[in-house]
Amino acid sequence: MIAATFVVLVLAAALFGFRLLAGPSLADRVVALNGLLIVGMVGIAADAVRTERGAYIPVLVVLALVGFVGTAMIARFVEGRGR
Amino acid sequence: MQHIGEALVLLGALLTLLAAIGVVRFRDVFARMHALSKATTAGVLVALVGAAVTLPSANDTTSMIFAAVLQVITNPVSGMMLARASYLAEGVRVSIDAVDELAPDLDG
Repeated sequence: MIAATFVVLVLAAALFGFRLLAGPSLADRVVALNGLLIVGMVGIAADAVRTERGAYIPVLVVLALVGFVGTAMIARFVEGRGR
Repeated sequence: MQHIGEALVLLGALLTLLAAIGVVRFRDVFARMHALSKATTAGVLVALVGAAVTLPSANDTTSMIFAAVLQVITNPVSGMMLARASYLAEGVRVSIDAVDELAPDLDG
């Protein structure tokens, strides 16, 4: 079941990667990067289940914080550029 | 407990795949943000619950609760900030019979 989880995650990452390369606007690319970050978070959770060790669990907290701060910063940038 | 955790993490990964399909298939930025924000908040929550069910240590569980709360609080906020910014930068094409509720607020 864990192998199927990683296959599904790789598929999702490929789709997000397509949108990251193809996305017409900057906001599309930010959405795709956010999705890749979330693929990483779910991957860390899946790895914790596979190995039954919680060594990488604090990385989840850091990823959640970094994702929010990065998205908020780029949102400010996009907003300022538009006017 | 291991099997329940694996099933929950698989469900979270499937929700993330659903968000990725939405991000690729939907037509404009706002529909893509909608797909990403909603499906991935649920997906990360389900995956974290799966990991919390599997791992025995209370230390790990509290870290995961913190990450889940952080995700639930910040994901809608960042989605809304990005949607507002791209509305201001590029505007929105109202292609169907929709109401633009942000336009009167920006005039004042």
